[in-house]
Amino acid sequence: MATSVLSVKDLTVSFDGYKVVDNLSFDIGQNELRVIIGPNGAGKTTVLDLISGKTKPTAGSVKFNGREIMGVSENRIVKLGLGRKFQTPSIFEDLTVLENLEISFPRGRDVFGAFFFTRDDEVVNRINEVANIIYLEEELETDAASLSHGQKQWLEIGMLLMQDPKLMMLDEPVAGMTLNEREQTAKLLNKICQGRSVIVIEHDMNFVKQIAQTVTVLHQGSVLSEGEMGDVQKDPKVIEVYLGH
Amino acid sequence: MNKILKGDTKYHFLVLAVLLLVIFPTFLDVFRLNLVGKYLTFAFVAVGLVICWGAGGILSLGQGVFFGVGGYLMAMHLKLEAAKADIGCTRELQETGVCIVQSTPGIPDFMDWASMTEIPLFWGFSHSLILTIIMILTVPAIIAFFFGYVMFRNRVGGVYFAIITQSTAALLSILIIGNAGYIGGFNGITDLRTLKGWDIRTDDAKFYIYFATVICLLIVLLIAQIILNSKLGRVTVALRGQEDRVRFTGYSVTAFKTAAFCFAAFAAGIGGAFFTMNVGFIHANFVGVVASIEMVIFCAVGGRFSIYGAVYGALIVNAAKTLFSEAYPELWLFAMGLIFVGVVLAFQKGVAGFYSDVIEPRFRSSKASK
Repeated sequence: MATSVLSVKDLTVSFDGYKVVDNLSFDIGQNELRVIIGPNGAGKTTVLDLISGKTKPTAGSVKFNGREIMGVSENRIVKLGLGRKFQTPSIFEDLTVLENLEISFPRGRDVFGAFFFTRDDEVVNRINEVANIIYLEEELETDAASLSHGQKQWLEIGMLLMQDPKLMMLDEPVAGMTLNEREQTAKLLNKICQGRSVIVIEHDMNFVKQIAQTVTVLHQGSVLSEGEMGDVQKDPKVIEVYLGH
Repeated sequence: MNKILKGDTKYHFLVLAVLLLVIFPTFLDVFRLNLVGKYLTFAFVAVGLVICWGAGGILSLGQGVFFGVGGYLMAMHLKLEAAKADIGCTRELQETGVCIVQSTPGIPDFMDWASMTEIPLFWGFSHSLILTIIMILTVPAIIAFFFGYVMFRNRVGGVYFAIITQSTAALLSILIIGNAGYIGGFNGITDLRTLKGWDIRTDDAKFYIYFATVICLLIVLLIAQIILNSKLGRVTVALRGQEDRVRFTGYSVTAFKTAAFCFAAFAAGIGGAFFTMNVGFIHANFVGVVASIEMVIFCAVGGRFSIYGAVYGALIVNAAKTLFSEAYPELWLFAMGLIFVGVVLAFQKGVAGFYSDVIEPRFRSSKASK
């Protein structure tokens, strides 16, 4: 697996003795779009928390481009090229769309760098480019607080795009979206996974079918099944977990 | 200048500058002007709090610590100078009231009263005015840096941070009161007379000190405005609502919170130094819990999202305090409590919010209809 961008090995975390993630191992390849699905409480979001450094694991290792990132602080992991979107849209509501995107531009990220940061052509061009991709080019001066729920989700994806990460992790990007918005988001995802790897956590099976290349099914903190969407759906173990006895 | 003060902020700044530099000095006598000068020293703290609390969402209930550090540093220098005047004082001269005879001449009076015979080491830098000014500008920020770094690194925030800062204020005031010989104790540092030989107690001096206070306040306002205009200010605002998002955008939340806290401390320290200059003494009461909470109230009443509002907040609440406590001394604390509750319930954005949400739109619409 020389081409794997992210390599998770024997990852375990327990809260009060309960193993939420149990000996989990998987690899994400270059330019791969991987969907992680699984029933409630399977540990999907916790896996993202572990990879992005928000939660410290009990055991195991996560290598990003061959470099161990367990124990590295969140902001350093981001600087290595790993972006993460939260389940509920977390954007800066007190700022405009433009300012939200600008903050995400990967320059001047220390205190003095931020103080002397200037909005030059490079920044403006990049903001316009990203705003175009996330369907918000008309809303640049709008306060982020007054965007619709779906637009907020897109804005957060846009904020990740500004950083041009090598690996993007999206936690339920279509949660709370209208049908129309879902379709646009599917298009958006297919566009942004060019040239980078993407992990998507999703509940909505119809949406998963639209975007998925490879699917990993999590159950009780471990991998239950992995493979092409069609194969996974036929897997009796998966059917049992999803449909019950 | 036009680059710093864009749009409306230019008028806010100019109106304030005219009010403080022209209108007050023209219409107020020296006594009242000196009082305004004292109120303005609290405005420094309030402006700092706008950056730290209003923008960054970090509520510090311990700004009195930094105000006190600035004030005491200034007082220590002035006290050493005052003490030198008593060297060679004789009984005959004391009768005329020029100086006081001490058992150890040349040391501050309260040290003499506590039977100390030499000036403690930590007073060493205070002999020099230049070092004193440097310390006033740096020591509060340095304290805030270490304090903030430890707190924010360990993800101490919100109410817990407020409580810890508050207890720090209590701690420092107790420390000062308990060490009468070293730092003046419960009496504070009083009887400050001259700065480099210039008598600060005269009406003329008070007039000049008032202007120095105003000019420094305007400079601090400009610095705050530059910060708010920069990406540093926007990241600070971003911190208020979505700390995690800031972290996962690649910023060190610890560093940005510490920076905001340091600025608040820096501003408060300058305010403290000018307090000593305006009032002529410093006391542990201005370090403690009550003073620290009052400073937050000045900021809240003025509007914690507006640096200009904060200045008006300090002026209005302090002026109300003076007028009200002249008439009904025992009722003042209740009145201030009411003001605070009223602001929290009805005007969360304070005076500045009332202006921008209620007065300005009417003004705009009446202008548009013409």
